[in-house]
Amino acid sequence: MPESSVFAPQYASIPHRDHTAELGMWVFIATEVLLFGGLILAYVVYRHAFPQDFAAGSRHTEIVIGTANTAVLLTSSFLVAWAVEIFSPATAKIVTRLLVGAACLGLAFIVLKGIEYGKEYDEHLVPGIDFQFPGPKANGVQLFFIFYFIATAIHALHMLIGICLLITLAVICQRAPSTRHRTALHSAALYWHFVDVVWIFLFALIYLPGRSTS
Amino acid sequence: MTEWRPPIALVGAWLGLLALLALTVALAYVPLGAGNGVVALTIGTIKAGLVAAIFMELRHRGGLTLVFAGAGLFWLGILLWLGSMDFLTRT
Repeated sequence: MPESSVFAPQYASIPHRDHTAELGMWVFIATEVLLFGGLILAYVVYRHAFPQDFAAGSRHTEIVIGTANTAVLLTSSFLVAWAVEIFSPATAKIVTRLLVGAACLGLAFIVLKGIEYGKEYDEHLVPGIDFQFPGPKANGVQLFFIFYFIATAIHALHMLIGICLLITLAVICQRAPSTRHRTALHSAALYWHFVDVVWIFLFALIYLPGRSTS
Repeated sequence: MTEWRPPIALVGAWLGLLALLALTVALAYVPLGAGNGVVALTIGTIKAGLVAAIFMELRHRGGLTLVFAGAGLFWLGILLWLGSMDFLTRT
C-alpha cells in the first residue's frame, strides 16, 4: 500500500503506530462502556424496585421495529467488518460501496427509530411531554420510558456520529488508500461495532421483558 | 478475483448473530418466569462475544489488547456490583 506520509517520530514502525491506535480506541470504548453502564445501573435498580411496571412498559414498545433494527445494525456491522478485512488499493471501490451500504443501514435504523418515537408519542408514552398511563403502574412505567428515551437517544446520537465517520471514510477510501486510512477505518469500525454491542443489550433490556406474561 | 469476498468466519458470525436474534425473540414469548430475563441476557452476552471476537478481531489479538478491551468490562463490573448491591439486598 502506498504511504501518504511517514509515521510520527514516537513510533518505531507502522505496526507500532497501528497497535497504539487500536489500544487508544479500546480505552475510549472503556469510557463509553461506563457511560452506558451508568444508565444500565439505573435500569437495574428501578427494574428491581418496579418489576411488574417495567414488564408492562416493555410490552408497550414496538418489538417488530426493535427486532428489525437489531438485524439492520448487525448487518451494518458485518459490512464494516467485511470492508476492514478486504481493505487494499485494489478493492477501494468495493470498500467504498460496503461503507456506504453500512452508513445507509445506519440511516435506516435512525428512520425506524424515529417512526417508533412517533408511535410512542401518539400513545402518550413520552415522559415530560405527554405521558398518560391508566392504572397503578403509571409511575413505574414512566420510569421505564424515561430510561428508554434517554438510553435510545444517546445511542442514536452515537449512531449519527458513526454514520458521519463511515461516510467520511468512504469518501477518503475512494482515492488512493494508504495504511493510515486502513488504521482510521479500523478505529471507526471498532466504534461502530461497539455501538452495535450497546444496542444488543438495550434490545434485551427494553423490548424483551414481559412478553410471555400479560 | 476472490480478494473482495468476505472471509467465511465473518459470514458465519453474521448469520449466527441473526439466528441468535430470532432465537431470543422467540424465547421471550415462552413463559419461563424469572428465566426469561436470564435467557435474554445470556443470548445478548453471546451475541456481544461474537461481535467482539470476530467483528472486532479480538480472537486474533494478544494479551495487551485483551487487557485494554477487558478494562472497560472490569470497571463496568465494579459499577454494577457495588452500585446495585445495596438495592438488591434491602429487605
